[in-house]
Amino acid sequence: MELLIFYPLALVSVGLALGVVLNKNPIGSAVCLIGMMLGLAAVFVLLQAHFLAILQILIYAGAIMVLFMFVIMLLNLRDDDKIWKVRERNIWLSSLTGAMMVGVLYKIIDIIAGAEFNAPAKVPDEFGTVEMVGTALFTDFVLPFEVASILLLAAMVGSVVLAKSKVD
Amino acid sequence: MWIDLAITMVKIIFIVTITVGFFAPVLTWVERKQSAIMQDRIGANRADILGFTALGLFHILSDAIKMFTKEDFIPQGANRALHTMAPIIALTPAILTFAVIPFGGQYTLWGKDVNLVISDLDVGLLFVFAIASLATYGYVVAGWSSNNNWSLLGAMRTASQMISYEVTMGLTIIGVLMVYSSMQLTQIGAAQENFWRWGIFLQPLGFFMFFAASIAENKRIPFDAPEAESELVAGYFTEYSGLKFGMFFMAEFIEMVTIGAIVTILFFGAWHIPFLTTATLLSMFDFLGDSGANLVVMLIHIGVFFGKVTISIFVQMVIRWTLPRFRYDQIMKLGWKILLPLSLANVVVTGIVILALE
Repeated sequence: MELLIFYPLALVSVGLALGVVLNKNPIGSAVCLIGMMLGLAAVFVLLQAHFLAILQILIYAGAIMVLFMFVIMLLNLRDDDKIWKVRERNIWLSSLTGAMMVGVLYKIIDIIAGAEFNAPAKVPDEFGTVEMVGTALFTDFVLPFEVASILLLAAMVGSVVLAKSKVD
Repeated sequence: MWIDLAITMVKIIFIVTITVGFFAPVLTWVERKQSAIMQDRIGANRADILGFTALGLFHILSDAIKMFTKEDFIPQGANRALHTMAPIIALTPAILTFAVIPFGGQYTLWGKDVNLVISDLDVGLLFVFAIASLATYGYVVAGWSSNNNWSLLGAMRTASQMISYEVTMGLTIIGVLMVYSSMQLTQIGAAQENFWRWGIFLQPLGFFMFFAASIAENKRIPFDAPEAESELVAGYFTEYSGLKFGMFFMAEFIEMVTIGAIVTILFFGAWHIPFLTTATLLSMFDFLGDSGANLVVMLIHIGVFFGKVTISIFVQMVIRWTLPRFRYDQIMKLGWKILLPLSLANVVVTGIVILALE
């Protein structure tokens, strides 16, 4: 039953992910990206992690909205080159990034291939609930959590300072 | 198992019928009639069948016929796929939020536990906000894909307004979460059986900020800068006609029902009657037997819940026809400089009070 839901979901998610890369139109890419995030959220629901699924939607929905605005304000102002062109000098950079990603993927596939599949891990009842995520964040991972918070605050202050010097 | 499935199906059909089939169309009539009364006009009374107007109720019918038969126009240079998809993206989240909204408590009917919510998620409140924020994409994509500058301006205003007021909304909800220590909408509703434990008494400031922010999210007057008729023709849906326009129209009215339902659950005791606990109510109908009493109480609670939702919608409409539109900079100032600091203070004060009472 679960696989019956998972395979179409996975197929759609991968299809939309390809859509993000192959779409000629930046807005189309962004729409595909939202769709893919929703697909991933649905996979989280299948894994009983409702809280993570909702966070996935909440955080990425907001983040991609900003991306949207960037595209509309920065890319769409010139009507003549609506289609994204790959610039010549970027091809080498893209190839390099791609090669590095293949390395990462190889490592992941290697780990998965080496794992034993006959005994699936038992999911505890409380897994993925609000309480569990909260407890984990504020006990085991409190240092990374705080560091990330300070980083975000610094970014926020930084953007205000950058914008202010231009306004004044 | 089949009985559970049947109960769920009945609940889904009930909630879709009452929102999409009853509230949304009737509200279009109420809005016309109420605005007419408030502005001292006679109002919608032209549509008639054989001279019989039924107080203008036939306008709903003629609206529907008009939307179904109008030409579906896509402007030149528009992105056809996204232009068609946008109203769907806008309408779907509005209906989807009702999946987690409880319209009654838990009752035992002939040995079967009935929980009057389609899906009792433990992150119900967050679900509503995650899904509701997706609707923004519908509006922004609509504005962008229309290839029209008015639409684009409307879309940009929508996006900035949504981003600004979502922050306030999220922070007000934290206050509610702290008070009831749960994100499950059924639990928040059940915690308000005592009249003095209603959200409006525990989070008075939170209620006003939440209500303001949710009207802003729904883009109704006084926050309707994204569609400002006198500035932007019709904002993000300038280039929409026929049923696609109807979908945007429906989304707005269904969102009003959603706001009414959420406000009722968070701040106005959900399905509870003031000073009348479920146990007292059950004992009043004791003569009907156990299941009979449960059934009667269930129907009363559903009625009470939708009564409260109706009152909340009425207040939203009175606000819409009383206030003028805010200027764009006033909306931003209200969001970032007044509501945001106030909602942060609300969280701090709530925390201090909870600590002091423990």
